[in-house]
Amino acid sequence: MSPILFELLLRSIWETVLMTAASGLISLVFGLPLGLALVATDRGGIAESLWVNRALGAVINGFRSVPFIILLVALIPVTRLIVGTSIGTWAAIVPLSIAATPYYARIAEVSLREVDHGLVEAARAMGGNRWTIIREVLVPEALPGIVAGFTVTLVTLIGASAMAGAIGAGGLGDLAIRYGYQRFETSVMIAVVIVLIILVCGIQWAGDRLVARLDRRA
Amino acid sequence: MNQHFTASVDTTDPTHGRPDASQDVVRLVELKRRFGVTAALDGVSLTVRKGEILGIIGRSGAGKSTLIRCLNGLERPDSGEVFIEGREISRLGERDLQPLRRRIGMIFQHFNLLSAKTVEDNVALPLKIEGRPKAERLARAAELLDLVGLSEKAKAYPASLSGGQKQRVGIARALAARPALLLSDEATSALDPETTRSILALLKDINRQLGLTILLITHEMEVIRSIADRVAVIDAGRIVEEGPVWSVFADPRSDITRSLLGAIRPQLPAELAARLVPGAGAETILRVDVAGEAARGPLLSDLAAIVPGPFRLVHGGIDHIQEQPVGTLFLSVPGSDARHLAEVITFLKSRQARVEVLGHVAHPV
Repeated sequence: MSPILFELLLRSIWETVLMTAASGLISLVFGLPLGLALVATDRGGIAESLWVNRALGAVINGFRSVPFIILLVALIPVTRLIVGTSIGTWAAIVPLSIAATPYYARIAEVSLREVDHGLVEAARAMGGNRWTIIREVLVPEALPGIVAGFTVTLVTLIGASAMAGAIGAGGLGDLAIRYGYQRFETSVMIAVVIVLIILVCGIQWAGDRLVARLDRRA
Repeated sequence: MNQHFTASVDTTDPTHGRPDASQDVVRLVELKRRFGVTAALDGVSLTVRKGEILGIIGRSGAGKSTLIRCLNGLERPDSGEVFIEGREISRLGERDLQPLRRRIGMIFQHFNLLSAKTVEDNVALPLKIEGRPKAERLARAAELLDLVGLSEKAKAYPASLSGGQKQRVGIARALAARPALLLSDEATSALDPETTRSILALLKDINRQLGLTILLITHEMEVIRSIADRVAVIDAGRIVEEGPVWSVFADPRSDITRSLLGAIRPQLPAELAARLVPGAGAETILRVDVAGEAARGPLLSDLAAIVPGPFRLVHGGIDHIQEQPVGTLFLSVPGSDARHLAEVITFLKSRQARVEVLGHVAHPV
C-alpha cells in the first residue's frame, strides 16, 4: 500500500470513528429518555398515557422502517438546516443520529421493561415520585442492558456509516468501495476489513467488560 | 426509641364515640374494590390499633393483597374510606400520598431489594427519598443493620445474600424512615420454615421494642399463630371472622377459618377417625374444645368427681397461644348409657367447653 493510500486509510478511520461516536452519543442522549418515555407511558407505567405511548411508538416505527440509504437522502433538507451543508462527515452525522435514536430507544425500552415491577412498587411505597423511580430504580436496575444495547447500537452505526459515502462523508466503507472495489486495490479492501473487525471487536469487548462490572444481579 | 413513633392524630376526625379510637393507626370503612366482574374487596371494615400486630389471613385471591395495598394508596378503593392516623387518604392525589407513604413501611414476599445498590444504600433509600443528608442516611442504615443483625453485610450487594438475609434488609429498609405502621405482604411466604421463624421473631421483637404497629397478610396460620395479636379472616373480599388469635384458634366460627387452621388444630388420629360410625356403638367419641379462663380450671378431675361413671381421654392436648391455654381433648364415653353421656356433655358445657359428638366406635379403642 502506497503512503498516500495509507494516509487515506488513516483519514477514513478517523471519519468513521467520528461519525460513529458523535451519532452514538446523540442517540444515547435522545434515545434513553425516549425509551423511558415508552415504558413510563405504557399501560401500568409510572406516567400511563396510552395516547402518548401510541404516538411515540408510531413515530419510532416510522423512522425505523425507512432504509438508511433512503433516510440519508430524504433528510438532506434537515441536514442542511442543522449543519449548513448536506455534504461531508458532519452532514452524515445528522441522518445517522436520526436513524440510531429510535433504534436505541427500542433497545433501551426492552431493558427498562425488564426491571421487576415489584421494585417500582417498593419505591412508590417508600414515597418516591416518578423522578425518584427513574433515577433510583429504572435506570440503575436496567443499566447493564442499557450499556449492552449501546454497544450494539455503536456496532450498527459503524455499518451504517459505510453508506454515508453516498453524501461525501468519507469513512472506511467509502474507502473500500472507491479504492478497494472500483480501482481493484485489493490491499485497501483487506486493510479496511481488518480495521473494521478490530473496531467492532474493540467496542464489543469494552462494552462487555463494562456490563460485567455493572451487573450486580448474580 | 419510642418517641419516634408517636402518632399524629387528626382530632377533627369523627371517632364514632369509641373511647380508644384515637389509638387506631388504621381504620377502614366499607372498603370496596372490583376488578372487572370479581369483587376483590366487598365491604371491608377493620381497625388496627396502635402497637398491635394484626394478621389478615385468607386464601390466594381472597383480596388480601388489594386490601394491604389500599392502606398506602398503591391501590384505590372504588368506595369506602381509609383512615391512616385519623386522616382519610383514599382520595388523595399521588403527590399528597408520597409524604404519607413515608409514615408507612412495607415489606414484600420477594423482598424487592434494588440489585444495583449495596445493602446499606438499599436501607438508606427511604431517607434519600426524604432528602436527608448522606451522613445521616448512612448512620441510620448502620443502626438498622445492627438491629437486624447484618452489620457485616453493609457493603455487600443483595444478590450475595440468602433469602432470610434479604428479608432482614427489607425490614431494615422499611424501618429507615421511622414509620408509624409496618405493612407485611406475605413477607415469609418465600422462606423456609426455619428462616420464617427467625424473621417472625425479628418482627415480634421490633413490635415490642419500638412499639411499632404491624399489619401483615399471609395465607399461613403458623405466621398468625406465632406473632399476631388479632386475626381477621378474609374470604371473597369480606372479613368473615375477627378476634384475638387465641380465641379464633380455639373457636373458629367459619368454614374458611377451620380449613385454614387445618393441621394446626388437633385432629383425631386417622386410624381412630376411620373407625367412627354415625349410629350407636360401644363408645362415643367427643371432641372437647376449651380455652382461656375455662381451660385453667381442673376440668377433667371435676368431671370425674361430679358426674359418676367412666370416661377415657383418648387423644388431645393443651397449647398456649398468646399465653392463653387452648385445649382440645378427645374423650371416649361408654355408649350404652345415654343419660350418662348427656350428663357428661351438660357438665362440660357448663364449664364453657364446646362439645362435639364425632361419632361412635363399635369396639373400645
